[in-house]
Amino acid sequence: MKKVFQLEDLDCANCAAKMERAIAKIDGVDSVSISFMAQRMAIEADEARFDEIMERVAKACKKVEPDCRIVR
Amino acid sequence: MKNHALSKKQKKNLIRITAALVAFAAIFIADKIVHLGGVFEGGAAWVFPFLLYLAVYLLIGYDVLWRAIRNIAHGQIFDENFLMCVATLGAFALAIFRGATGQEIEGFDEACAVLLFYQVGEFFQDYATARSRKSISALMDIRPDYANVLRGGKAEKTDPSEVKIGEIIVVNPGEKVPLDGVVVKGRSALDTKALTGESLPRDIGEGDEIVSGCVNVTSQLEVRVVKEFYDSTVSKILEMVENASEQKSKAENFITKFAKYYTPIVCAAALLLAVIPGLITSDWSAWVYRALSFLVVSCPCALVISIPLSFFAGIGAASRYGILIKGSNYLEKFHYAKTFVFDKTGTLTKGNFAVAKISPESKADEILRLAAIAERDSGHPIARSIAERYAKDVESGYTLTNVAGEGIIAEKAGSKIFCGNEKLMEQNGIAYTKESDLGTVVYVAENGEFIGSVLIRDEIKPEAKQVIGSLNGMGCKTVMLTGDNEAIAKNVAEEIGLTEYRASLLPQNKVEEVEKLLSEKGGKDALCFVGDGINDAPVLMRSDIGIAMGGVGSDAAIEASDIVLMKDDLKGLPLAKRIAKKTMAIVFENIVFSLVIKIAILILSAFGIANMWVAVFGDVGVAVLAILNAMRVNSKYTAEQCPDNTARRQKV
Repeated sequence: MKKVFQLEDLDCANCAAKMERAIAKIDGVDSVSISFMAQRMAIEADEARFDEIMERVAKACKKVEPDCRIVR
Repeated sequence: MKNHALSKKQKKNLIRITAALVAFAAIFIADKIVHLGGVFEGGAAWVFPFLLYLAVYLLIGYDVLWRAIRNIAHGQIFDENFLMCVATLGAFALAIFRGATGQEIEGFDEACAVLLFYQVGEFFQDYATARSRKSISALMDIRPDYANVLRGGKAEKTDPSEVKIGEIIVVNPGEKVPLDGVVVKGRSALDTKALTGESLPRDIGEGDEIVSGCVNVTSQLEVRVVKEFYDSTVSKILEMVENASEQKSKAENFITKFAKYYTPIVCAAALLLAVIPGLITSDWSAWVYRALSFLVVSCPCALVISIPLSFFAGIGAASRYGILIKGSNYLEKFHYAKTFVFDKTGTLTKGNFAVAKISPESKADEILRLAAIAERDSGHPIARSIAERYAKDVESGYTLTNVAGEGIIAEKAGSKIFCGNEKLMEQNGIAYTKESDLGTVVYVAENGEFIGSVLIRDEIKPEAKQVIGSLNGMGCKTVMLTGDNEAIAKNVAEEIGLTEYRASLLPQNKVEEVEKLLSEKGGKDALCFVGDGINDAPVLMRSDIGIAMGGVGSDAAIEASDIVLMKDDLKGLPLAKRIAKKTMAIVFENIVFSLVIKIAILILSAFGIANMWVAVFGDVGVAVLAILNAMRVNSKYTAEQCPDNTARRQKV
């Protein structure tokens, strides 16, 4: 399943790239693309475990940039 | 720039930066005049200037310090906050060391200034990206906020997504058309600029289809909704624009990969630079200082931010001319487009038939009058083109007989009209003058006597020749694919100036032809297929870049293609090519410029020639310059660059 989320307060372009790399490593995530300019994250992940995966995605984002919030 | 309002956070930062700059300047000047280190006597004389500078440092940098601490806790070592803190606190430590060991008191100002300028740069970066984001998302303005639905005889304001197919909506002057529909009442003019970049309003009346996102200009309209909101043109376009940044270009991927290795490498180099020469020369403070400069330059932000910004600006610039590009990778690829394959009907030609020639010209009225009588009941495009050209009332009372594959015979007392092809003339023993020009020829005879002929042809778009000319001029190969026979194809190709053509193709042959062309092109070059989006989805998908024309109102085209020309105008192609070229040039400039400056500063600091002031320029100065450069992409494409007058009119 593919979903697009808005990201709030994503302030640094390099952090966006770091987040992308961290999220891509999460088990169950098929693909992820974060656009710093559009402040959006498109994520494709296993539908059955989507919520659980999103929890881990949120954690990974927090780790890289604590101010950034995923709007869900 | 003045009209761009700052966000709350930005305002707060601006005040903080200004306060810190003023305080810093005051202390700095005071230091130069009265020499703060000499205010108090003794071994702890350094403490006084240190405390003053430290106060400014904390004012400007408390958030950076806090973030650095928080990120270390999260295991993020090569984070720019952390690097900046190490560099500046290190510089403070060095200055304290100098002060404590009785050397000349200096270096506090520098430590403080590095962080101050870092913050100035960050502020500017933030401001510039927000501004560019805003100017580009102006395109999002096409989203309608409400719809006035007629329910029980009264107009009700509702969310467009709650309106059902078949309901009637009222669109007042000045309002956006919220949903796709058909006009049932009223006449007005529609402004389609937000969708197509076309500045001339379009006149519409009852029975006309209108698409959401246009603005109603002159008078009230009643519209029957034909599509639900999620399916309407506005939703499709917004979805496409919003997803545009998902598809990343090679340049973007290269730079984020580069950044991943750049920072750790520079940090490692800094460590080596401090330790090895330090051990050899024992001049620790000089080498540590140089290493700290390295840390300042090690932030990759300038690079990482300026590349996506350039692409974003390029996509935004194109959208203002009604050219929607689905991702930065397509903008990048389009720059390398060397082969343009065109579908003929509907793309190079209007796809509607029109009378091109009547011979003999002297009897034109008579020929058209007779042909119109014979063709009056026919719905065939050829018959319609004759009626359109005649544009007068057609005499009635004729009995029409359709002769399959030949034409029509119309009879009335005293008049028998033959209207059809060569066969009809030959079958009825009429001597006719053959029309040698290419196209569909209709011969007209009355009472056994040949009157003349009408030549009907698919009209070539007026801009086609100029556009093909400029594409050829850019060194591109232009190829036309058509189902028409060799003679017609050759004629059209020569008239427009295409480099190649392929005639007599069945729809499935088009994919084969495109595949052949794909295998012929060079490795880095890209192949574009330009079609009207009708029946050519497989070819659009197969080519490197699928370009659909006249995207307004055609969902299939928007979905299957990579670039959509919202306006049915070929001039979008050379314009998009120019935007792509400029974007790529700026991307290249930014990569080279940032890398060269950073490496130069690294070398100079290693040899002790550049100090930390220069290093901080290497970080934020380069970022700011790269951003300013990126914003040039979104500049106006002026009349000289824009191949029609639209831009000139818009500027007035």
